[in-house]
Amino acid sequence: MPTSWNPSQASEIIRRHSGRDGPLLPILHDVQAAFGCIPAPAIPQIAEALNLTRAEVHGVVSFYHDFREAPAGRHVLKLCRAEACQSMKGEALAEAVLRHFGVAWGGTTADGRLTVEAAYCLGLCACAPSGLLDGQPLARLTPASVDEITREIGQEVGR
Amino acid sequence: MTRRLFVPRDAAARAVGADKVVAALRDETARHGLDVEIVRTGSRGLFWLEPLIEIETPAGRIGFGPVAPRDVPGLVEGGFAASHPLCVGRTEEIPFLKRQTRLTFARCGIVDPLSLTDYRAHGGFRGLERAHSLGAAKTLEEIARSGLRGRGGAGFPAGIKWKTVADAEADRKYVVCNADEGDSGTYADRMIMEGDPFLAIEGMAIAGFAVGASKGYIYIRSEYPDAVRTMQQAVALSPLDGFEIEVRVGAGAYVCGEETSLLESLEGRRGQVRAKPPLPAHKGLFGRPTVVNNLVTLASVPGILADGAEAYAVLGVGRSRGTMPIQLAGNVKHGGLFEVPFGLTLGEIVDDIGGGTQSGRPVRAVQVGGPLGAYFPRALFDTPFDYEAFAARDGLVGHGGVVVFDDTVDMARQARFALEFCAVESCGKCTPCRIGSVRGAETLDRIIRGDHAEANLALIADLCQTLKFGSLCALGGFTPYPVMSAINHFPEDFHVARS
Repeated sequence: MPTSWNPSQASEIIRRHSGRDGPLLPILHDVQAAFGCIPAPAIPQIAEALNLTRAEVHGVVSFYHDFREAPAGRHVLKLCRAEACQSMKGEALAEAVLRHFGVAWGGTTADGRLTVEAAYCLGLCACAPSGLLDGQPLARLTPASVDEITREIGQEVGR
Repeated sequence: MTRRLFVPRDAAARAVGADKVVAALRDETARHGLDVEIVRTGSRGLFWLEPLIEIETPAGRIGFGPVAPRDVPGLVEGGFAASHPLCVGRTEEIPFLKRQTRLTFARCGIVDPLSLTDYRAHGGFRGLERAHSLGAAKTLEEIARSGLRGRGGAGFPAGIKWKTVADAEADRKYVVCNADEGDSGTYADRMIMEGDPFLAIEGMAIAGFAVGASKGYIYIRSEYPDAVRTMQQAVALSPLDGFEIEVRVGAGAYVCGEETSLLESLEGRRGQVRAKPPLPAHKGLFGRPTVVNNLVTLASVPGILADGAEAYAVLGVGRSRGTMPIQLAGNVKHGGLFEVPFGLTLGEIVDDIGGGTQSGRPVRAVQVGGPLGAYFPRALFDTPFDYEAFAARDGLVGHGGVVVFDDTVDMARQARFALEFCAVESCGKCTPCRIGSVRGAETLDRIIRGDHAEANLALIADLCQTLKFGSLCALGGFTPYPVMSAINHFPEDFHVARS
């Protein structure tokens, strides 16, 4: 589980990558893994450590779809919207998922349980439509899968 | 005696329940007191049969699929008898597999991907050993003579690229393996990384030896968490001396599959494309001469070295030599990876090998080569799978993805999607791609509404010319392929007003 912002933990992450050439993306991945997003104070700290401007670091964070400015929900469902999944009615399935959870693309449910995001290809194209739930691959999704996903993320209730 | 069972750990197999099948197998075999070893392999690439279980017998491996956890008690109870309804017989005899020429994918689905013993027992490192015995110069010649071209999509001769890097003077050189496999309908890189990762490592090491590089990076997209994990484990296990490999993970930018954008990303910047020249072969990663090859290109190299350039070059047609892993995807009955020499027609691939659509409806359109590839109608199904033949029909082979659509597809919406995708993924560096994609999607919205369709179609054709000739890289430059092929081959979809 991500922890709240902690500058010394961020320093430790930066230090771990100090021997690398081109360390910015590995640092950002680890910062996001630790804190659930790239917290605003991380940007000047990384910039100073790598001798970059804040604008350069912010530019990288905002360029890549993966990096978040605020944490996602407790679970993240990525649904593929690319052509192979389109050919297997993936868009209709995605609409059903969004409707079921009452969110738009990139949105998080009011209880913070789930964020639903678009992905453009997960390489599971022969078993379309597909998704990733907290990094675990899902494929041959059907309307019944919506209930399975609900059950899967519902298991945390009361924990 | 221990019986060996094989179940894939490939992400697509896991996505359809392979882990649950393994758990059921462990429970059931334990309950019966059976002595079994379950080996997690890569996938054979016959995805309609996944999860595919195989059991070792004196006659070879016998397959069962697609297996659900509820099928497991019956399979174990019946001793995996060939009479079981899910039995597909000897896996090697399944026509989809038997008709292939598996060179690059020879081991995938057969070995434990993280077992160096398996890798060596199935011919691994023979290519690297032969390269070392030939020397760097002869290794370069061997690659040139094989006719190997870049499998990422551009089809540039690997031998020329390598020679350019080898001839460049520099204090350091690099090998970069492009595993940012973003094209919808493709999964060949993923299958190798999850099913035979040492092959990619060996290919990179041969490239490094041939061009004089001692460091390699493999850039894997973040949408492939299983591949990242397996590749990292394989790199840690790699026994190679003198060639260091670092795994880097992308961050969800399609454009980083473009080589110069990938280099920017590796250096820690926004993934914006660089203008060429200078070529990466002259000034690539950190300004040093760099071989940037797609993973399948590099994974083809060990086999070429091991068995000789001629054995590879005799396969294929025209200037497309060797084999191509064709990836059948989307609405297709037999979706999967089909490695075969270039030259099959698109019709043979879709109808004979793919078996038509999964929905059972007629095939209407096939997109070849990913989101920047053209949509082909049945009328062009005689096109042979060959770089030049596809280019002659305003299409591309790309990375070998073939996405099948049935007759419910709305081609105007597919054309719109191509422009929308370009807008979402544009790196923003050049104007035609950054702005043209947005304006193009808006114009297609008008066409879809039936608002001055003729005039707006002319505008799209004009815009596509600008995109094609004015963009810095293939994202903007090739987006016209899906758009214009949809308009030219399926005009009827662009002249109806929708609600």
